Amino acid sequence: MAAPSYGLIATFDTTPDLYHAAAKVRDAGYRNWDCITPFPVHGLDKAMGLPRSIVPRISLVGGIIGFCTGMSMIWWTGAVDYQLIVGGKPLFSPMFAFPVSYELTILFTAFATIGGMLFLNGLPMHYHPVLKYEHIRRGMDDQFFIVIETRDPRFNLANTKALLEKAGGKNISELEA
Amino acid sequence: MAHAHHDDTVTPAILQEVKPASLPRAILVANNRSFSWITEKICGIIEGKTPTWWWVCFALACFVASFTVAGIAYLIATGVGVWGHANPVNWAWDIVNFVFWIGIGHAGTLISAILCLLRQKWRTSINRAAEAMTIFAVVCAAIFPVFHVGRVWYAWYLFPIPNSNAIWQIFRSPLEWDVFAVSTYGTVSVLFWYVGLLPDLAVLRDRFYSSGNKLRSALYGFFALGWRGSNRHWSNYEMAYLILAGISTPLVLSVHTIVSFDFAVSLLPGWHTTIFPPYFVAGAIFSGFGMVLTLMLPLRAVYKLEDLITQYHIDCMCKITLATGTIVGYAYAMEFFIAWYGANPYEGFAFINRAFGHYAWAYWIMISCNVITPQFFWFKAVRENTSFVWILSIFVNVGMWFERFVIIVTSLARDFLPSSWGYYSPSIVEIFTFFGTFGVFSVLFLLFIRFLPIMPMAELKAVTPQADVHGGGAHH
Repeated sequence: MAAPSYGLIATFDTTPDLYHAAAKVRDAGYRNWDCITPFPVHGLDKAMGLPRSIVPRISLVGGIIGFCTGMSMIWWTGAVDYQLIVGGKPLFSPMFAFPVSYELTILFTAFATIGGMLFLNGLPMHYHPVLKYEHIRRGMDDQFFIVIETRDPRFNLANTKALLEKAGGKNISELEA
Repeated sequence: MAHAHHDDTVTPAILQEVKPASLPRAILVANNRSFSWITEKICGIIEGKTPTWWWVCFALACFVASFTVAGIAYLIATGVGVWGHANPVNWAWDIVNFVFWIGIGHAGTLISAILCLLRQKWRTSINRAAEAMTIFAVVCAAIFPVFHVGRVWYAWYLFPIPNSNAIWQIFRSPLEWDVFAVSTYGTVSVLFWYVGLLPDLAVLRDRFYSSGNKLRSALYGFFALGWRGSNRHWSNYEMAYLILAGISTPLVLSVHTIVSFDFAVSLLPGWHTTIFPPYFVAGAIFSGFGMVLTLMLPLRAVYKLEDLITQYHIDCMCKITLATGTIVGYAYAMEFFIAWYGANPYEGFAFINRAFGHYAWAYWIMISCNVITPQFFWFKAVRENTSFVWILSIFVNVGMWFERFVIIVTSLARDFLPSSWGYYSPSIVEIFTFFGTFGVFSVLFLLFIRFLPIMPMAELKAVTPQADVHGGGAHH
């Protein structure tokens, strides 16, 4: 190709149009492509053939770290580093350490979940070819786009364009990289 | 049963097939509005000219907030003795106000987290504002314990940093648990709110860009983190949102449980009761919904949001207020019953004293506001009368403040030894400081409705009929 191009973008006006078109692109075997939607479309993950998100695994790790941090912090500060008997109570017990560890479990899970989500999504990324598309504003508002990237092994300007047209895409244009 | 038929065919006791009842879906966005109508409506509030009423309210809110600033400045300059606390009542308005504000925050988390898990889609139009309310309420709440420590520059002692003698915090104390509960609550509420805002900030970024306001576009764009509506992103985002809802649910329940431990773990009659955690949580949600109604009903009227906050939404909020208010009423009755049934003379005295002692006026304000007020919500006519609902919501707020006052002050003023009994009255500094927090809250809330989308546009669009990929709900 002559000019470096990021890919082809096609516009869809309604949710069902996008949904059926996404299933067609998936069945055509594309890998590097995406849908741009103003809201999470229920069922689109399946139509795109996306696997289940792995965010929960990251959250679980965060939660375990949080709980262990709480327990070990309370054990180390109270029973190891500076032993101080208050009211004749034991220096450490998982009972009184539980509320704080519980809160830290939640706190660390939240950090891991959001951090994991941003990491998996590659955000923050303030520059992206899709954001340069002149009608991208509508993609945040009321329209839907399908973007197929040129780096996809099956990408072929004519064939890909034909596929998007057949799937009902309008205003098919090239995105500059 | 079969005998009714008098023929050979035996009617099976179990039905061959059970068809789910087809209930009409509640309409969450009235008048079949389009996606772009929602965007225009919500963004229009931010993009339009600042209305005069906003400036008036903002100036008024700043004036009221100055009372808190003045009260705190005077306290720092003089000492914590400027508050009316004295033996035996060493916890008074400050802790009352702390619990009051924290409780208000809980409705925001309930709406954003618990109702999300329960798939109550009506939450979408009120969750953003309710979460904002949570954050601002936590800010107001934090003022009181932080300044109650007296020398506020030592407030860092609350966190696990060893002091100059290398002594660590006592993790056996419920007060230390509370530090972790409230700071986790504040942090997670902000994060949850921000994650919800991400897609909407991207909308504003692109709208300000195309209308030529590059500065605001850059500001919103910075915080939108480059969100581009990619479905690969939505997939992780939705999962993260669900997990945040999942962890915020035990969080919100634990925060007010731990707040109640501040009292329940002590040995004071009237505090030392096992009913406190559930009773406090129900009360918190009750007061929070009171505040949500207080805030959302004027907002709905001013910004003409009747299509987004429909009568169905108001009905739902009133019913939750009714349910939690009734739980609170049950808890009041149960406390009395156990005080009698437990046969502990001190406990029995504490409760008789609450209802008929020196603070009986506060007790009966509490009962009338919290037990009687919500009962009006049984009636449809009441729920449909917006101004009346608003007035009732004010009573709920007042009643829940008095609940904390009754619990904290009556138990302390009359403890075990009659020789150390006392009567507490607030000083003018305390009154100023508390009065001012309504200004602090209002300043923050007014800034929120001016600069951030007050409703989650993406979530609202997702509950409209045209968002269905099968066109099932589409109108023809």
